[in-house]
Amino acid sequence: MADNKRIDAATGTSTVGHEWDGIEELDTPMPRWWLVILWATVVFAIGYCIVYPAWPLLHGATPGIWGWTSHGQLARETAQENARRAPILAALATTPIDRLPSDPKLLAAAVEGGRSAFKVYCVQCHGSGAAGSRGYPNLNDDDWLWGGDLKTIQQTITDGIRFPGDDKTRMSQMPAFGRDGILNPAEVDDVVSYVRYVSHQEAASAAAKRGKTLFANNCAVCHGPDAKGNRTVGAPNLTDAIWLYGGDRDTLVQTVTNARYGIMPAWGHRLDPVTIKMLAAYVHSLGGGEADPAAPAVAAAQAGENVGR
Amino acid sequence: MSGADVADGPKPRFFEARRKVFPRRVDGTFRRLKWAIMAVTLAIYYVTPWLRWHRGEYAPDQAVLVDLAHRRFYMFSIEIWPNEFYYVVGLLIMAAVGLFLVTSAVGRAWCGYACPQTVWTDLFVHVERAIEGDRNAQIRLDRARWGVEKIAKRGTKFAIWLLIAMTTGGAWIFYFADAPTLAREFVTGTAPFVAYSTVGILTFTTFTLGGLMREQVCIYMCPWPRIQSAMMDEKSLAVTYKDWRGEPRTHGLKRAQAHEAEAAPSLVRLAQGEKVGDCIDCNACVAVCPTGIDIREGPQIGCITCGLCIDACDEIMEKVDRPTRLIGYTTEADMKLARAGGTPMPPLKRLLRPRTIIYFLIWAGIGCGMLFALGTRTHMGVSVLQTRNPLWVRLSDGDIRNTYTVKVRNMEGRPRSFAVSLSGIDARMWTDGGSRETAGRTVTINVPADRVAKTQIFVVAPAQGPQRSELLFTVTALDGQKTAASDGSYFERPEGNP
Ligand code: SF4
Ligand code: SF4
Repeated sequence: MADNKRIDAATGTSTVGHEWDGIEELDTPMPRWWLVILWATVVFAIGYCIVYPAWPLLHGATPGIWGWTSHGQLARETAQENARRAPILAALATTPIDRLPSDPKLLAAAVEGGRSAFKVYCVQCHGSGAAGSRGYPNLNDDDWLWGGDLKTIQQTITDGIRFPGDDKTRMSQMPAFGRDGILNPAEVDDVVSYVRYVSHQEAASAAAKRGKTLFANNCAVCHGPDAKGNRTVGAPNLTDAIWLYGGDRDTLVQTVTNARYGIMPAWGHRLDPVTIKMLAAYVHSLGGGEADPAAPAVAAAQAGENVGR
Repeated sequence: MSGADVADGPKPRFFEARRKVFPRRVDGTFRRLKWAIMAVTLAIYYVTPWLRWHRGEYAPDQAVLVDLAHRRFYMFSIEIWPNEFYYVVGLLIMAAVGLFLVTSAVGRAWCGYACPQTVWTDLFVHVERAIEGDRNAQIRLDRARWGVEKIAKRGTKFAIWLLIAMTTGGAWIFYFADAPTLAREFVTGTAPFVAYSTVGILTFTTFTLGGLMREQVCIYMCPWPRIQSAMMDEKSLAVTYKDWRGEPRTHGLKRAQAHEAEAAPSLVRLAQGEKVGDCIDCNACVAVCPTGIDIREGPQIGCITCGLCIDACDEIMEKVDRPTRLIGYTTEADMKLARAGGTPMPPLKRLLRPRTIIYFLIWAGIGCGMLFALGTRTHMGVSVLQTRNPLWVRLSDGDIRNTYTVKVRNMEGRPRSFAVSLSGIDARMWTDGGSRETAGRTVTINVPADRVAKTQIFVVAPAQGPQRSELLFTVTALDGQKTAASDGSYFERPEGNP
């Protein structure tokens, strides 16, 4: 190849010795600064390998003389972020949950914190959009079994529902009317007809009429004489459009015969109070959150008015 | 294959040392034009960030400000938001088309006059001359041994260069923050790190590129010459040595005059009836060239069309009493005509040709379109994002609720209130601050000055209806200005409703 090298007459530069269809390449040297920059990058790379962890070893890598690691950087940044959040979390810890709405900034922070905590702890049952599924309540709607104000939601998350091992968990149990022989299958059918009548799913019928009496005798104690439910025992409102397990005949027969016993874990054993407060704020913000039922009375009492009872 | 064996040629080199360029001082039309352009561009660059423009209490008072932290761009009375990035795109397209236009008309004018590399290099060269003297003195100093004089001169030169480089980088940062505040912070050491690092980097690059590398940047590093060369055609202006007039050259002034007198025809061998050329081979054009090229070798990529060789040669031509513009701005087409003895095309005809007219129309069209859009924009906006998880929620009374995140932009420098209203379906709505009891057909949203307010809006409608209906959120300013904006979305119902 070297034999083919020649001097180009026009430029006086030697060619590199290749030829493509009569076109030859001149061996033009590059400018000096170009070479200098190349060497500078080499020097920089060597320096970089000395200063920072670079060469993989059996366990880890060369440590580098400045002791920098990506783990260390992450730890530092996490600590910084935690420090930034500390005052907000401290404020959340000392603010009672029913006072949150009067501090919109703190409330917004709580809702955002709750949003991410929800994604970790709650989505398994309630779904990522909190829409629930059969047996797991939809937290977006305005129907609450045990109450939908901030305080009650906080209590529900802390102590759970029917959660064994928590003294303060809320308990209630629906009798298995069919299985335990309280009602015979025909009577169960009648009660179902009545429930479907009060929830506007069926027209009035003789069965529903019979069911009305049965309901008054067996069900009204929990669900109320007008079937609108009772939050102190978590008895659902049977007249509305929302059904936790389904409002069709078959499901209702199942429910009345065998009863339901939904359990929600008590998160007070696993999560700190601030996280629970944030979760409650988030759930409350989903669109169905209710005002504190005590609040108007308190306000009225503070105004010195006698609230009629 | 024209070539000799490499054995008797030069040895291959790994690198080529820079051939130092010592441009000589020159005066003339184009030099003065360059001074004027330098003064204007530098003045614009240094003064602009210090211009004030009162915008009220909620917006900065700097006339031109790129506020990266708040993602705003202020330019006098215009305020650009990130969602209006198309204005910036429009400006970039205008710059590109403008470049086509200018290049096709007058060639590489950008390179020779307006490019920052050219402007700053010129400044550095001027400082160099003031301290080290003109070309010959510079060459002498460069060859001289290092001694007190050389150290002193080089030291002073570098110090002044460094000062210029620092003020270059220094001025840059003022475009990105309130200039007086930043200046105070900068000198007291409390400015953000990025300010110091930016000044540091720009000082380094200005010093290296403008002071030390100069023509190397233009010839080896810059892609522009390649692009601009591609945009030129045979009717674009370029600095040209009129070889048909200059050749054959005579050597030296005296000999030229001798030729003129036809006293010594033997000095240059002339064919019968041939006339001697105008070029006296004085090398003035080469000596003044900032990129160190010889324009008499024809058009080349190293020529930035600065016109300094024209000034130099004109000076010589006046001295030897010959017509000026032996080197001049000429088009390739004219050159061919002139060689053939024809007259050049009149400038107006050359400038107004389909190519330039089309470029101009595109350029002006975009500009007018942008001006119109700027004049008629509403200073507000709305965007609606439907919550898709869950798509709908059934409420206890059977109605269906959908949720939307509504962002209302208030692009004016004062807080404003907006009414959001709903059309398309029979529905009621409330914001996350309210409750269903307060639902109505409009809600009011307050937006702070110059900000976007994000509001959750719940919309409730009876379950009966199509599975998906279109709906429109319209936002109207409540301050009497008849401005409105709207964004459409959908209302979703569960499957199987009538
Ligand atoms: S040849 Fe003339 S126009 Fe071109 S860069 Fe040199 S001095 Fe400037
Ligand atoms: S300056 Fe003019 S006369 Fe002198 S060498 Fe250049 S072209 Fe020829």
